[in-house]
Amino acid sequence: MKIQYKNTILVFIIGLILIAFDAQSQRFPKPEFESEYVQAQTQIPIPRVDALEYLDVLVLILALSVITWLILKKRSRIGVFWISIFSIIYFGFYREGCVCSVGSLQNIALALFNPGYKIPLTVLAFFIIPLLFSLFFGRTFCAGVCPLGAIQDIFIWKPMKLSTWIQKLLGLIPFIYLGLAILYAATSTDFIICRYDPFIGFYRINAEFSMYVLGGIFLAISIFIARPYCRFFCPYGVLLNWFSRISKYHMTITPTSCIQCKLCENSCPFGAIDIPDSVKLKETRKDTKKRFITLSIIIPVLILLGTWTGYQFHENLALVNPKVRLAYNIYDQETNPNIITDPQYIEPIEIEAFRSSGQPVTQLYSEANELLNKFKIGGMLLGGFIGLIFGLTLASLSTFRYREDYEPNKGNCLSCARCMDFCPVGDENELLVKDLK
Amino acid sequence: MDNNKIKKVNRRDFLNKSLRISAGIAIGGVAAYLIKDSSTEDLVWQLDPSLCIQCGKCVTNCVVTPSAVKCVHVYDMCGYCDLCGGYFRADAKQLTTGAENQLCPTGAIDRQFIEDPFFEYKIIEDLCIGCGKCVAGCGAFGNGSLQLQVRHDLCVNCNQCNIATHCPADAFSRVPRSKNTIFKGFSGSEFLNKT
Repeated sequence: MKIQYKNTILVFIIGLILIAFDAQSQRFPKPEFESEYVQAQTQIPIPRVDALEYLDVLVLILALSVITWLILKKRSRIGVFWISIFSIIYFGFYREGCVCSVGSLQNIALALFNPGYKIPLTVLAFFIIPLLFSLFFGRTFCAGVCPLGAIQDIFIWKPMKLSTWIQKLLGLIPFIYLGLAILYAATSTDFIICRYDPFIGFYRINAEFSMYVLGGIFLAISIFIARPYCRFFCPYGVLLNWFSRISKYHMTITPTSCIQCKLCENSCPFGAIDIPDSVKLKETRKDTKKRFITLSIIIPVLILLGTWTGYQFHENLALVNPKVRLAYNIYDQETNPNIITDPQYIEPIEIEAFRSSGQPVTQLYSEANELLNKFKIGGMLLGGFIGLIFGLTLASLSTFRYREDYEPNKGNCLSCARCMDFCPVGDENELLVKDLK
Repeated sequence: MDNNKIKKVNRRDFLNKSLRISAGIAIGGVAAYLIKDSSTEDLVWQLDPSLCIQCGKCVTNCVVTPSAVKCVHVYDMCGYCDLCGGYFRADAKQLTTGAENQLCPTGAIDRQFIEDPFFEYKIIEDLCIGCGKCVAGCGAFGNGSLQLQVRHDLCVNCNQCNIATHCPADAFSRVPRSKNTIFKGFSGSEFLNKT
């Protein structure tokens, strides 16, 4: 009798502990087994250890240092090629892509505008390090460390020369892509760069069919139009382009001085070699003035036009955001009760989920309104930015800079080192060539 | 003429240099601003079972096939019922392991007799596709010990989880690596991690 009483207390205490342990009361309490059954353990697999993420950053720094050394000091194309292969294997197939520097710019935008998001240091490093290298040595990251660029690079076989206007026109896409990516990341809507990454499926050897098709198309185009994604889509390339323009030690085609031999003229598959001008034309002061005035009218007009367009489309831009879409759907339902009774109407699952969560609708509306306001500003900024880029592209097309030598265009040059092999001027035979001259 | 040329070069160099310095400061500024609010730990994706509505989108929207979201059995919450809402269809004729009685479309739940009247249910993860049918059944009729979770040995940790963008209940979020599980009604994740 006494023992039983004690047992009851014990059970009661265990029960109390259990209740304290989990707040939810259970419909069917866990049985106490009389047989020798041992309860199975819930298995929790552990994610990839953090140390490996830091190792990735180290490998990134090492790969960048080696490739920069190969380009600038060794002037070795074959070395760059082997680094590309290494990047495809390590950053591509082994690491399976994420986080890559291209995608990391969205994490940066998210972190800058959402204090709730604590950006991991490794992601920050993946964003910053290639930019710093670009600021000093040009786009050596693009040359062979970026796995997206590397896979396209090894597919280059018979590159076509694109005319300038096509290059300039397609070259506007990355700016728009960059603007949209930042807008959607900053409003924590979506990471569009990651969503439409064409090569991640290959690296994971596991993707939707549409992803394979997209990647396949890009690789097929790569055979004839070198690196289409890098040149006409990559939003991170925009930043690298800017930083590379002002880089301190950018690679040169010739190791010493250019002799205008034209041998490298067609060597660049990316159309990034600036060709010297045959005659030095001096623009008259009148022309310069005229151009300056025209541009200073056109550029602000384009910016204003872009801003206005961005404002007009802010609602369309905002509807990509699931929260805004949900608010619109619920609003539709509430203002138009007839549609629910319509047998054709299927209630979106999002509304069902929202109702089951018990969140008040007014709160959703205010959150959606806040987002709409953000998109209003963001859309205007995006439009203005695109307008500015259009204007600057026009300006760069109309300004003329006299050039005597064959030079890589520091912005567009991907530092792949192909042109170097075409240059007959060597360190050793410099004297010989001079004699010939 | 020559003098002019030298001047021009100098101006370009000067411009480049000042731009380079300001760009360096800009990068450094962004880094410094973000570092103070950064985490040394990596983030992983996890879904909150208390928000999950078992819509079944985890099956098709994961970039990994089959999905990295699996049903996880929290044994500490299980009632070991004979009539398991997660195992049997609502219209099951008999309480046997016959395929026609099972709720799971892939037969990924293993039912073992322990002692009268208790049965143990184990998830065979290789077969589980993360549809959440059993989770819905267990939540409706039982203790809710079956819960969907992202399995981090399978998850490739995309920068943006594709399921998260499609989740109608907004149940996915980035969580620190050390707190990589979220269970409903059970707070033993740290304890579980150690074992």
